Amino acid sequence: MTEDVLAPLSGTIWKITVAVDDAVEEDDEVLILEALKMETPIYAPCDGKVKEIHVKEGDAVEEDQVLITIVRGRI
Amino acid sequence: MAFIENMGIFSITPGLVVMWFIGLALIYLAITRQYEPLLLLPIGFGILLANLPLTQLMDPGEGLLWRFYHHGIEWRIIPPLIFLGLGALTDFGPLLSQPRLIFLGAGAQVGVYLTFFLATGMGFTLEDAAAISIIGGADGPTTIFLASQLAPHLLGACAVAAYSYMALVPIIQPPVMRLLTTENERKIRMVKGRKVSSREKLLFPITAALVIILMVPASAPLVSMFMLGNLFRESGVVERLTDAAQNSLMNIATIFLGISVGATMSAETFLRADVIMIFFLGLFAFIISTASGILLAKLFNLFTTNKINPLVGAAGVSAVPMAARVVQKIGAQADKKNYLLMFAMGPNIAGVIGTVIAAGIFLTMLQ
Repeated sequence: MTEDVLAPLSGTIWKITVAVDDAVEEDDEVLILEALKMETPIYAPCDGKVKEIHVKEGDAVEEDQVLITIVRGRI
Repeated sequence: MAFIENMGIFSITPGLVVMWFIGLALIYLAITRQYEPLLLLPIGFGILLANLPLTQLMDPGEGLLWRFYHHGIEWRIIPPLIFLGLGALTDFGPLLSQPRLIFLGAGAQVGVYLTFFLATGMGFTLEDAAAISIIGGADGPTTIFLASQLAPHLLGACAVAAYSYMALVPIIQPPVMRLLTTENERKIRMVKGRKVSSREKLLFPITAALVIILMVPASAPLVSMFMLGNLFRESGVVERLTDAAQNSLMNIATIFLGISVGATMSAETFLRADVIMIFFLGLFAFIISTASGILLAKLFNLFTTNKINPLVGAAGVSAVPMAARVVQKIGAQADKKNYLLMFAMGPNIAGVIGTVIAAGIFLTMLQ
């Protein structure tokens, strides 16, 4: 089962702090979004493994856009 | 001998030297602490220049800085140009998606009105009190606009107070925010607002200009330019004008605004006991505005099931986007996955409009 990390607000991708196949725990920082000149960290919604990263650094994203897909489950 | 007599060195007074240090202090804060550097740097240098003896820079009708000030600010040109740029930079989306948050922007003007009465009670004239209290709106160009019309002798002090406190938003607001909210209230996650269509965003500046200017005509210089800038942005067909308004034109206006404001701060107008009171009253206005925004949000929560995170109310102080960033930061300290930034932008932008309307009301009543 997969879970998507959605952009909670529109902004620009400042930094992606995970790579595909990385194991993540819930509340780990996976990405930093920049909006209004402020860095906003985005956290993993669940434990699991990064399946796919849909954006790259510098991309402009809209609210609710899918940023990262995570395969649920303890690794 | 005439050359030596005309050297400025022999006309230096202690007051001038004190003003140099104030100018240098602002330059220092702008560079090392990055406190509103775009404004405090030219203001600081302007103060330095205006307090060099025998330069005639501020002589009415002649001096270079006097001309900048007279034609730019007294003639009400520069602050509206800045508003044109702000309009081109502003996305009204967050405000339109949660219209009820507009009231929080209005609620945060309580500090302005309360300070007006307090300042009047302390013996300031009505005009001076209005110029001082508008500091609580935390909007630089509006403060300068109003002070230049009602109390030109206080312009420098009011502007420096407004910009200093805007730079200090991250220090002034958090204690008030923590004091007036519980941990659980700070954790409230807000329900996302509705999607705003591009047609709504296009119609907003036109409608808002009509409604606000018809209600408070004295606010027209600022509101008209603000909404025109926004119309450029949302029309999507004049990218060049949008770009000019938000970048080159705004930067040019900022240079002349800063240096002119600094130049009004001569030793005789600034080194007075009144000025300390202005800084005190400005801070008071700022704190009350922060508090009233939060308390209004809490009042709303008594009557609604769709709860508002009361921190968002603090962003009604219109320092855009600093106040919204502070809300995001304090909210994230209570719950790191709570994203309040965009919710806070609604009251934040409404606060700008609220402050402009407050200034318009003062102008109507007092001019």
